[in-house]
Amino acid sequence: MSEPRLLSIEGLSAVSDRDNGAPILRDVSLAVAPGEIHGLVGESGAGKSTIARAILGMTPRTVRITQGAIILGNTELLSLDARQLRRLLGAEVALIPQDPLTALNPSRRIEAQMTDGLRMWKGHSAKSARERALTLLDEVQMREPERVMRCYPHELSGGMRQRVLIAAAFALEPKLVIADEPTTALDVTVQKQILKLIRAMQARHKTGAIFVTHDLGVVAQICDRVTLLYQGKVMEHGLTADLLLKPRHAYTKALVRATPRYDRPVDGLIPVPDAVIAACRAEIAGFDGATHG
Amino acid sequence: MAEPLLSAQNLVIGYRRAAFGASQPIVPVVKGVSLSIARGEVVGIVGESGSGKTTLGRALLGLIAPMSGSIAFDGTPVSGLDEQRMRPLRRRMQMIFQDPMSSLNPRHRIRRILTAPLLLHKVARTMREADQQAAMTLERVGLPPGVLTRYPHEISGGQRQRVGIARAIMLKPDFVLADEIVSGLDVSTQAQVLRLIGALTREMGLAMAFISHDLSVIRAICDRVIVMRQGEIVEEGACDVVFDAPRAAYTRSLIDAIPLPVPDSTWLTRVDVAA
Ligand SMILES: Nc1ncnc2c1ncn2[C@@H]1O[C@H](COP(=O)(O)OP(=O)(O)OP(=O)(O)O)[C@@H](O)[C@H]1O
Ligand SMILES: Nc1ncnc2c1ncn2[C@@H]1O[C@H](COP(=O)(O)OP(=O)(O)OP(=O)(O)O)[C@@H](O)[C@H]1O
Ligand SMILES: [Mg+2]
Ligand SMILES: [Mg+2]
Repeated sequence: MSEPRLLSIEGLSAVSDRDNGAPILRDVSLAVAPGEIHGLVGESGAGKSTIARAILGMTPRTVRITQGAIILGNTELLSLDARQLRRLLGAEVALIPQDPLTALNPSRRIEAQMTDGLRMWKGHSAKSARERALTLLDEVQMREPERVMRCYPHELSGGMRQRVLIAAAFALEPKLVIADEPTTALDVTVQKQILKLIRAMQARHKTGAIFVTHDLGVVAQICDRVTLLYQGKVMEHGLTADLLLKPRHAYTKALVRATPRYDRPVDGLIPVPDAVIAACRAEIAGFDGATHG
Repeated sequence: MAEPLLSAQNLVIGYRRAAFGASQPIVPVVKGVSLSIARGEVVGIVGESGSGKTTLGRALLGLIAPMSGSIAFDGTPVSGLDEQRMRPLRRRMQMIFQDPMSSLNPRHRIRRILTAPLLLHKVARTMREADQQAAMTLERVGLPPGVLTRYPHEISGGQRQRVGIARAIMLKPDFVLADEIVSGLDVSTQAQVLRLIGALTREMGLAMAFISHDLSVIRAICDRVIVMRQGEIVEEGACDVVFDAPRAAYTRSLIDAIPLPVPDSTWLTRVDVAA
């Protein structure tokens, strides 16, 4: 590929220090071009958040990266120390984390948490940061943004907390957004508005995104490309339309069949069949055998 | 219809706004909601984010007191019960939370998180019995036994969600309030969990209030659906009726905004009828 790359992950492998060093990521490669929204899909525990955390230098102590490179622009991230990484990522890469409640500080009001980044990275004064934060809350369809600014996290609903984090991520106009299941707590009309905002940001700033989601409907409508993981290994990747409409891997096909369809209430809800799981496991075992043998 | 298991009349529920100091009046966020749920019935609750679904659910379980209105569970009024009289009801009414990380004690391993309530409510008499039941339930929700020795932050988001489900169903409740429990699961695990819920409602006559933003999921597993907006019910009825011929403009706008798993280049920019 000769397209310019915003982010590329090359041969990333990781193991868990729990479970006797069981692999969590197995030689994962993926690339995100500027302005591309890259879907990251895969069963629970497949390693999606592990990838997100690795990019941000937030790998937990019990997980060890054993191989690979993560390149943002021209810089390899895994070789940087925490301070260098923070300086580099601070204004350029924003995370919308999977677990809104734990990502917010319970003892600080939303206003303080939203304006921190604006003041630190975007040179806003207290007053202009506040105005900007209000605008952003409005853009994510928050009712009563003034009240929300005065609230503590526990005083907001799940979807309101999620929108605070989305607004905070957008505030920095980052080059890369890592969105880890960002719309799970949102009703579909608000979700659609958020997806529109991501598209707008992408058009305006050439922002690229890694979009972790389980919702193949969301993937279909927003992602340019998709990478599908199973137990830390890439099973299939490609253009969204190809992957959803002409899936090649049996696992991809099974996931499409498991998806409930509002318009076809009798379809969907078929778990991935045991035979497909067995084939995936065999593929994984073959891979592990080849790398360790 | 037989006597409902759970019924609520004219519930008004609010929070004191800490942001303004304790002397401030309570502002209602649920504004006069009535509903009833029969044994074995699965009722979906959808609605705008912030419309009061979680608040309503907490009140139904007696976790917060309504400002006015009444709630009865199996003939017993829930509001105003002291902790001692509430205790037996607590086991029979379980909640699975929206935010699994914050509902599981971060300092306890999964084994303890699962076995402690079994011992507390005397569903298991010995630690050994509790361990066996925990292992069985984990298997039912599709988790490997290795999870038992982990702390909540050492497992994935979807794995945590299933730990929450396991903890609720192992107490053999009559009613479960499930607050947005499958949104963090992959579609295969989701299908597995939804089928499990279907089996439990059939086998145990378990009744359920199922809060979700995913209308496809609601349509797949619920008998009835309630649509909420800004603290009020804007529409309710049998799933097929509401979904095929929605009466409220808000319900229509929700249906129009469902993304289908088929790429459609006009979907994002399409202006929805009722928006
Ligand atoms: N702190 C940790 N220490 C050790 N292992 C971990 C830790 N966090 C997660 N894991 C394990 O790493 C694997 C991948 O987890 P990860 O959180 O990346 O999954 P995920 O794809 O994001 O899943 P989900 O969709 O459920 O969020 C899982 O098997 C999980 O149990
Ligand atoms: N502990 C609290 N103190 C004060 N206000 C609260 C508290 N919890 C919720 N609220 C407010 O009550 C309203 C309804 O919140 P609730 O959590 O019931 O919404 P929800 O319908 O569950 O939304 P979501 O779909 O986003 O989870 C919101 O405006 C919220 O700010
Ligand atoms: Mg995750
Ligand atoms: Mg809620």
